[in-house]
Amino acid sequence: MAERCAVIGVGQTHHKSKRNDVSIAGLVREAAKMALADADLTWTDIDAVVIGKAPDMFEGNMMPELYLAPALGAVGKPMFRVHTAGSVGGSTSLVAAHLISSGIHKRVLTVAYEKQSDSDAMWALSVPQPFAAPLLAGAGGYFAPHIRAYMRRSGAPEHIGRMVAVKDRINALRNPYAHLHLPDIDMKMVEDSMMLWDPLRYLEACPSSDGAAAMVLAAEDSLSGSFPPAWIHGMAMRSEPTMFAGRDQVNPQAGRDCSADVYAQAGITNPRAEIDVAEVYVPFSWYEPMWLENLGFCDLGDGWKLTEAGATAFEGDIPWNTSGGVLSSNPIGASGMLRFLEVAMQVRGQAGEHQIDGARRALGQAYGGGSQFFSMWVVGSDKP
Amino acid sequence: MSGQTTAEELGPVTTLATPIRLDFEFTPGVAQSRFLRGLEKGKFVGQRCPTCGKVYVPSRGSCPTDGVPTTEDVDLGNVGTVTTYCVVNVPFAGQSIEIPYICAQVLLDGADISFMGLIQEIPTDEIRMGLRVEAVWVEPEELTPSLASVRYFRPNGEPDADYETYKDYL
Repeated sequence: MAERCAVIGVGQTHHKSKRNDVSIAGLVREAAKMALADADLTWTDIDAVVIGKAPDMFEGNMMPELYLAPALGAVGKPMFRVHTAGSVGGSTSLVAAHLISSGIHKRVLTVAYEKQSDSDAMWALSVPQPFAAPLLAGAGGYFAPHIRAYMRRSGAPEHIGRMVAVKDRINALRNPYAHLHLPDIDMKMVEDSMMLWDPLRYLEACPSSDGAAAMVLAAEDSLSGSFPPAWIHGMAMRSEPTMFAGRDQVNPQAGRDCSADVYAQAGITNPRAEIDVAEVYVPFSWYEPMWLENLGFCDLGDGWKLTEAGATAFEGDIPWNTSGGVLSSNPIGASGMLRFLEVAMQVRGQAGEHQIDGARRALGQAYGGGSQFFSMWVVGSDKP
Repeated sequence: MSGQTTAEELGPVTTLATPIRLDFEFTPGVAQSRFLRGLEKGKFVGQRCPTCGKVYVPSRGSCPTDGVPTTEDVDLGNVGTVTTYCVVNVPFAGQSIEIPYICAQVLLDGADISFMGLIQEIPTDEIRMGLRVEAVWVEPEELTPSLASVRYFRPNGEPDADYETYKDYL
C-alpha cells in the first residue's frame, strides 16, 4: 500500500524572455525559496531534491544538476536529475512524489527550469543529423504537419486554433507570473501575426521564456504550511517510440494509456464531469482540441467543438489552462511542472485571480519529445 | 591608476557569449548502412518485418512493434505520397534551406512509414495532402551514402491520392 502524498508548497519565478539579473542557480533558488516559504519550511527540513530540465544543449550546461546541488541545499542529501524532454517538469514532479509514496522520504523538494535566453532552443532542436534531411525547424516544424492531419481528420474549422490562442492569453492576464500579458489580444491580432509554420501563426505558438518552478511534497504525517494540502489521487507516465508503422501521431497511444491509468487510480470514469479544472501542455494552439480527445474529455473528432462552444474557457464547465498555459509562459523544462503546480494551487484555493471557485479535483498533464513522453497527475482537496 | 574606469563604475557582468563547436562521428550500424548504401546507388532500400509484414524505411534492423529482427530487404521505388506537411517560414541559426520551404511527410509506395522530405517545383500555396511526388536525385557521380543524395521531391503529375489510402499513416 503506497503512502499518501500531498503538495504542501509551491513557488515560481516571474517568467520573462530574459532574466539577465540572475544565473541559473539564482533562478532555481528563487522558485525553491518561495515553495519552502509556502510550506513554512527551511532547507534543512528537506530530505531529498529532484530536479528536471529539458536537453542540456539548450543552455550548453552539461549535467547542470551537479553545479546546482549547493544552490538547492542538496549537499549531503540524495539528488536526482530527470529528463523526458518537454514533459520533464511533470515527470520530475512524479519522481519526487514516488520518493514519498514509496515511504523512502517524508519531504522532497522538486524543481524544474529553463533559461532559454542563455542559448537557442530552436537551433538545438534543429541540428542536422546524418540519417535525416536537414528540414526540421524547431518544435513548430515538427508539430505543424500533425496539426494539419488533425484538421483534416476532424474537419475542424481554421478559427479554432486562433480561439485557443486568444483564450489562453486572456487567462494569462489573471496570472501575475505569466510571461505574456497581451491585454489587446483578439482573433484579428492572431490572424494578422506572421505565418511561421503554415498552418501555425506566431501568436498560435508559445513564447521562449526564462523561468523556474518548485514544489514541496510531503507524506501524510509531515504536513505543514498555511494552505491545505493538494492530495495526489493518481499519477502516471507513459512513453512510446517516435517512429513505428501505424503510429497515430494525432492521438498517441501513450497519452491514451497514461490518462486511463491516472483516471483508474483516481476513480474517474467521466473526466469532463468529474474534473473541475485542467492544466494541459498546449505549446501550439491546436493541441487543445487534440488533447481534449486524447484525454477522453469528449469523443474522437469532437475536441474542437468543445473549444468552439467555450467549454474550456475560464467561465466554461471544464476550464483548461487557467494560468495562461504554455502559450503564455514557456520555460521549457519548467513548463510541465507549471501545469502540475497550477492544479495544486487550484485545489488548495491559492490561485488568486485565476482561482476557479470550488475546484476540488484537477488534472495536470505534460507531454514531450515527438509526443512520445506523457506524464499526468490528478490532485484533489479531499484525502484519497 | 587614475583615469581608468573601475569595476564598480562598469557594473556586474550579466552575460558572456561562449560559442561552442562540436564535431562528432556517426556509426550507422548494419541496418542503417544498408539504407545509406542504397542512397549511394540512387535507391531507397527498406526492410520488411517477418511478423507484421510492415515495411520500414529506413529500417533500424528490428520491428519496433514486434521486437524481431527484420531481414528481408525491399527495394522501394522513387514515388510516394505527401501524407501531411507544413510550410516553414521561420529563420533560425544553422538553417541550410531558403525559406519559405515545404517540409512534408512522404510515404513511399510500398512502405508503411513516412519520412520527412523537401518538396520543390510547386508553389508553396499549391502544396496539399495526397500530392503524388517523385524523388529527384543528384547526378550519379555525386551520389554519397547520405540523404544529401536526394535533392528533393517534386510532383510527378499523377492525380492526388485518395485520403482513404494514407489516412492510417498520419
